[in-house]
Amino acid sequence: MILAQMPSLLLSVDVPAVLAAVLSACVCALLGNFLLLRKMAMLGDAISHAILPGIVISFLLLGTRSTPAMLAGAAAAGVLTAVIVEVVRRLGRVEAGAAIGVVFSAMFALGVVLMERAARNVDLDADCVLYGALESIRWGAATSWASLGSAETWLAMPRQVTTLLVLGLVSAAAVVVFFKHLRLACFDSAMADALGFPSWIIHTGLTVLVAAATVASFEAVGSILVVSMLVCPPAAARHLTDRLSRQVVLSVIIAGVCAVSGYVLAIVGPEWVGFGHSLQAAGMIAVMGGVVLLACIVCGPRHGLIARRIRQRQLARTVAREDLLGALWRIEEGRAGEPAARPPVGAAGRSARREAIRAGEIESTVGGVRLTALGRERAREIIRAHRQWETYLVDELGHRPDHVHRTAEALEHVRTPGGERLAPDQPRSRDPHDREIP
Amino acid sequence: MSELWRILTLQAGYNTSVVVLGTTVLGAAAGLAGALALLRKRVLISDSLAHATLPGLAGAFMIAAALGADPKSLPVLLAGATVTGVLGVLSVQWLSRYSRLSEDAALAVVLSVYFGVGVVLLSIVQRLSVGGQAGLSRFIFGQTAAMSAGDVWLMGGVAIGAVLIVALLFKELRLVCFDRGFGRAQGWPIGGLDVLLLALITLVTVAGLQAVGLILVVALIVTPGAAARFWTDRLGALLVLSAMLGAVSGYLGSAASAVWPKAPAGAVIVLAASAIFVVSLVIAPRRGLLARTAALLSQRVRIQREHTLRSLYEWHEAAAPGAVRRDAVIPAGAAIRAGSAWSRRLAMRGLAWRGLVCAAPGGWMLTEEGWAEAERTTRIHRLWEAYLIRVGGHDPLHADDPADLIEHALDPAIVAELERTVAGERAMPRSPHEMRGEGGRA
Repeated sequence: MILAQMPSLLLSVDVPAVLAAVLSACVCALLGNFLLLRKMAMLGDAISHAILPGIVISFLLLGTRSTPAMLAGAAAAGVLTAVIVEVVRRLGRVEAGAAIGVVFSAMFALGVVLMERAARNVDLDADCVLYGALESIRWGAATSWASLGSAETWLAMPRQVTTLLVLGLVSAAAVVVFFKHLRLACFDSAMADALGFPSWIIHTGLTVLVAAATVASFEAVGSILVVSMLVCPPAAARHLTDRLSRQVVLSVIIAGVCAVSGYVLAIVGPEWVGFGHSLQAAGMIAVMGGVVLLACIVCGPRHGLIARRIRQRQLARTVAREDLLGALWRIEEGRAGEPAARPPVGAAGRSARREAIRAGEIESTVGGVRLTALGRERAREIIRAHRQWETYLVDELGHRPDHVHRTAEALEHVRTPGGERLAPDQPRSRDPHDREIP
Repeated sequence: MSELWRILTLQAGYNTSVVVLGTTVLGAAAGLAGALALLRKRVLISDSLAHATLPGLAGAFMIAAALGADPKSLPVLLAGATVTGVLGVLSVQWLSRYSRLSEDAALAVVLSVYFGVGVVLLSIVQRLSVGGQAGLSRFIFGQTAAMSAGDVWLMGGVAIGAVLIVALLFKELRLVCFDRGFGRAQGWPIGGLDVLLLALITLVTVAGLQAVGLILVVALIVTPGAAARFWTDRLGALLVLSAMLGAVSGYLGSAASAVWPKAPAGAVIVLAASAIFVVSLVIAPRRGLLARTAALLSQRVRIQREHTLRSLYEWHEAAAPGAVRRDAVIPAGAAIRAGSAWSRRLAMRGLAWRGLVCAAPGGWMLTEEGWAEAERTTRIHRLWEAYLIRVGGHDPLHADDPADLIEHALDPAIVAELERTVAGERAMPRSPHEMRGEGGRA
């Protein structure tokens, strides 16, 4: 199964496998956005395990491995799981996490035992439910590039791929049509109820779709990939944007990228390092989900760790510089006429001093630094904010005068989103320590 | 049956007895740790932890094989499992602290990604030219049959360790479970105790891997604790009961799977625990579904009774304004209460059954007891109405319905306080509004 070596192999093995992986990853990611927002991520995990008895029972009852029957059985089991979890949580007053743990493990255990009973005449096995069998999907009709021209080739698409395709279209349509309702139910279910869009219907619809996606995927990619794709791409997209619509689109793109790159790494990757066998593709795709998520957490534009660290650094530097200006102001105020002041100490102080000099706010003199005209104006603004805050804390909030300095020291640096320094206007001209408000 | 009995009484041969004993002890340890995890709302972490052990198992196998050691050695595999399991727990904590993910999303991410790594590593292991790869799959679904006396000793050690830790640090663990803020203010190392609790969960999870399998081991932790929670409100009793229920599930489950050797033991043990949970959920006194439903029904009946009695009192007031006569006969057809004639008759029969009314020529009459009760409920209703109007600023027309809701829950102390606040004297207050409907309530 080496990509591109033989067109027939590429078309009949790799293409359907990649298609199945991409489709199931995209469907799961699409639905996962809403699970994540409703804090139901572990419920997705529970459902993807708990469909096992549904599959086995529908097989035992109907005696067929046909997709619609299994889809129905598993979707029923998925919804039943969600219902039982709700019942145990509400009526039994069991904590949500514990309710999920109890219910899904019982369902899965039931499935394993039933499967063992059924195993005599079935080729179902639990391993397949967990990892799927991506590599065994065959598109027999696609033998050459030329065969793609005929409609029959397309009609003979592997069953797993067509199922996923149909489910993907249904889910996408549902999300597009009910986007407003889904958003409302996810962010403010009480308001959704009050406006007449009962959130429980949306909740149930979502659960049914997740169950269906799990079932359609399990044969191809296994439940573990379902869990990964339900959470990782939406979680990654959440670190890239604050808008739900963008998050949904991004998550689907990320899921597709994960699926393709995971498959390629699993099938072709080992060749590069000289390991002669391909790896488990579903597992690799799940790993790629984790890798992409980690990358987004670290490098996200606004909420990423690096971006946040940079912002914190900048803020810390601004605060240090402003504190330096404030200190110089207080020294000038204390001994009028004495221009030079003790230089700030420590590495932070030294860098604050360097920056203030560069900004033209202070200048070096013999034995120290002193404020320039520009610096004096800025320092006045800071001290003014500080003393206004102190007055406010004492007058309006009833703090004691000797307890307000620290709070004001922090508040004096606060700016409005427009960049204005935020300070409460005070009618008095002297602060609680009887110093002038400049 | 006799076979099951021999297994249960540990007479079915050395190996079976070892397995039954081992899973029993494991169940007890898991129940103990699980009860604490349940109170700390941390049970699902054991699910992520268990899934995160797979890469460790496969990795340890590969490393041992590469170094020429025996890759099937249990201590080596479990050491690997512990390493990645702990890494998984740390990842959950890192994610919920530094990313925008909520804790449940972090759990799901760690569970699936670590398991994915494990699956990939397993697919490498499968191709290695050393034997024994098949042994790894027993950790996924569990295989009690493969347990040896040494494994039982390991589980016994874990169980004794868990009991010792819990016994020695009972007070501190209680603090962590119930009031972390208070504990921190008192100067206890809450973070350290949390780590200890996590270590306990890790220990039990790893020890349970080969018996129950990494997918279902979470049930050993969650289910006994959640079942025990229905029976008691006291921490000590909860811990003991949870350990006992865990032990019973392990004991029964492993015995059942010994009788029926094809059944996967882990799943059978989990089903035994789940059965205990379902029974507890339904029949436990006070917190069980039956008890709750019964309490709810009896409360509804009481509320209906009190409403009927009040409408009877109001009928008397309307029938003879100014000079209420207790022995007046209420005609059988009097519109004393909202609802159909049928429901009215049912309500009167209920009152008669409790001896609050008795049959009189042409209708009904309140008994002595019934009169006292009717007076009491009417009084409480009107006191609350008066309170809503005078203190709560309600419109007199809008005080009736809210009073209907609250009057049944007022205890005598509150009634006494209401009297002091709004009535001033012990007489029956006048109704602040017109009676709706003829002598009855809408």
